[in-house]
Amino acid sequence: MGVFRFSRKQLGIPYAVFLICFVAAPLLVIIYYAFTNGEGQFTLGNLTGFFTSPYTIGTLAYSFAIAVVTTCVCLLLAYPIAYILARSHWKAKSVVIVMFVMPMWINFTLRITALKEILTVVEGNLAFHPFLNTIIGMTYDFLPFMILPMYTTLLKLDNSLLEAAADLGANPFQVFLKVTLPLSVPGIISGVVMVFLPSMTNYVVLDMLYNSTYIMGSLIGSYFSAYDWHNGSMIALILLLIILVFTLVTDRYADEDAGNRGGALL
Amino acid sequence: MKAAVKKELPGKIFIGAMLIILYLPILVLAFYSFTTSANIGSVHGFSMDNYVNLFSNEELRSMIFGTVLLAFGSSLLAAVLGTLGAIGAFYSRKAARGVIGGLNEVPVINADVVTGFSVCIMLVVVLGIDKNTFVPLVIGHVVLSAPFVYLSVTPKLKQMDSSLYEAAMDLGATPRQALTKVVLPQIQPGIVSGFALAVTLSLDDYFIASYTKPATFDTISTYVVNATKGSQTEIKTALWALSTLIFLIVVLVVILMNLRDGKEAADFED
Repeated sequence: MGVFRFSRKQLGIPYAVFLICFVAAPLLVIIYYAFTNGEGQFTLGNLTGFFTSPYTIGTLAYSFAIAVVTTCVCLLLAYPIAYILARSHWKAKSVVIVMFVMPMWINFTLRITALKEILTVVEGNLAFHPFLNTIIGMTYDFLPFMILPMYTTLLKLDNSLLEAAADLGANPFQVFLKVTLPLSVPGIISGVVMVFLPSMTNYVVLDMLYNSTYIMGSLIGSYFSAYDWHNGSMIALILLLIILVFTLVTDRYADEDAGNRGGALL
Repeated sequence: MKAAVKKELPGKIFIGAMLIILYLPILVLAFYSFTTSANIGSVHGFSMDNYVNLFSNEELRSMIFGTVLLAFGSSLLAAVLGTLGAIGAFYSRKAARGVIGGLNEVPVINADVVTGFSVCIMLVVVLGIDKNTFVPLVIGHVVLSAPFVYLSVTPKLKQMDSSLYEAAMDLGATPRQALTKVVLPQIQPGIVSGFALAVTLSLDDYFIASYTKPATFDTISTYVVNATKGSQTEIKTALWALSTLIFLIVVLVVILMNLRDGKEAADFED
């Protein structure tokens, strides 16, 4: 045995310590703050406050509305793109999919700035259509995240299944509805996860497009600027719970290869 | 053959239209960044003023430099931590691997607002670390990106032939040599793509930076968001130039990457 006993397992210790200190501990701190008041005493006031105030409940509802509409619009645009590209025999299709993904690597605030300039020319005053502009902005921002997982899933689709369905007498529409669509569910779920949660929280898109209505993310931001850690933590905790439920529900269906920002690099 | 081409035409038109919509804002902004006009729609003469301003304005220059330095610095830390973590977890017992893997998922699925807020509360409010030390900002960005390094290294470890490590040891390598000479080269593609992903995540981040950065420091994201609230035309149009430059760099990197991949594929076929 040398002076320094070496074990492969021990290499993981720094990262484990890092995760415990800066991922696990902050979550515990959030929970602590969410259930205490300014004097450090236990309280449910922050929780009941959130669910009894029409203002915060309205914010939650508005966030959901934005997230649902954005996700639907992204889905309706991204599915045909992914489907056409994945099923086509074009030589350039790998180039085209890269072109759809490439905007992801340009800073999103700069992309929204560009979109804002165009929308201003088209609409004149952005303040007239805050909801519409937010949906356009979110869709513009998140569309690539929806296309990529669906494309990956559709690309892996076994052609012989589609041929078998056709041979057994299904018309093209039935083949799509009964075979292609169910088999693309994992990709769809991964895409929905990638779009739904950010569109509930990315308040910068609203800020930049002059939508002054709050979403859940903006609430954290405003409590934070008011040094109100307790109510801010409660909002963070509620968001965490929504994310947790969402993840548990979707995890069973999601496609492991196709999902998350990790796929962003192709 | 002709029928097939005709059948694909509507699809091609749809794809083309979507690409045009996706790139139109960026390209229009790029066009206007080469003019003297301060508003889209009013055409003035050609000018490189915006590009000159971008690099002569001290504030803009240090903001760009700071963002890039933060991205590469935090990604380097993330690459080291994430890679060591992935190797350690891979050779650990199932329970330990489960804990590391589970905690690793948290920043991946969490909303960036919540990650940024919780890191700030922990480091700044509870531990009292001064934001001006840049420690909260760097840690925040490592929290954001190290999990993705972990996720891109782990599959490479799984694909690796485990007998390679044993063979190296049998042939007299020390564990350290077996690791650096055998394991690391095998997982290197995972480390590289994890690092690249970490850089893009850091460059794109707004939320973590806005909760953890020093008040006098700005990343591109926080700077742009503040600039849209102000009314300085010179800054606004200089940012058009920045957006165009970033777009060109991204295009260049993508082309280079594809050329390299294409070459590797060709070499492989030979």
